[in-house]
Amino acid sequence: MSGHVFHPGHEELHGVTVVVTGRSGRTYVGRYHEHGDRGLVMHDVAIHEPDAEPARDAWLERQQRFGVRVDQRHLIVPTAEVGEIRRLGALAS
Amino acid sequence: MPYNPMLVAPMRADMTRMGARELLTAADVDAALGDARGTTLVFVNSVCGCAAGNARPALAHALRHGVKPDQVVTVFAGQDLEATARARQYFADYQPSSPSMALLKDGEVVHFVHRHQIEGRPPESVAADLTNAFDRHCGAAV
Repeated sequence: MSGHVFHPGHEELHGVTVVVTGRSGRTYVGRYHEHGDRGLVMHDVAIHEPDAEPARDAWLERQQRFGVRVDQRHLIVPTAEVGEIRRLGALAS
Repeated sequence: MPYNPMLVAPMRADMTRMGARELLTAADVDAALGDARGTTLVFVNSVCGCAAGNARPALAHALRHGVKPDQVVTVFAGQDLEATARARQYFADYQPSSPSMALLKDGEVVHFVHRHQIEGRPPESVAADLTNAFDRHCGAAV
């Protein structure tokens, strides 16, 4: 069975779908690319605004069940905005 | 832009070796899923080693289980664009991701495995989830 990896040498979370809790209250769900000087680079990102409906937990549950509904193909979250980072797959569903 | 076909050939071979049938065109997809009865597992293949490198072995492991879908088919995201787009129409309630797997019973999605449910998990763990779904949906009614 081929375990081909086309992009070795990246950070542990590279390519992993994560939930980023923003210090602004926004929540970002998408694939982690890299975290560097520019900030956290993510791909295929869904964004939840603090006051949006459904509320954050329900919104996260929907992303888990039906997949990530992409708002931004590519996004750089400034480092100052980046709070907790967790794997989407590790959240209790 | 699709990868060089030679680079993805081993990933296609992984699938056919385990008994999955490749669907290369929209017509292939419609023929396989259009009025399918019984159970079908659709594997959306991917070049991504982060998840597909676990997903293919997971499915191979699961297909050694006693209860399994009537047919297993595969489309290759980023490679067979038309076939992948058409296949996703059959599980349009679910956001596209690759790799991913949809288990259909009489044309309805009864179980879905997203990319985020594969990432970072050992193949045996993903396979266990799949075989549980096979037991629930693919076994004979008693």
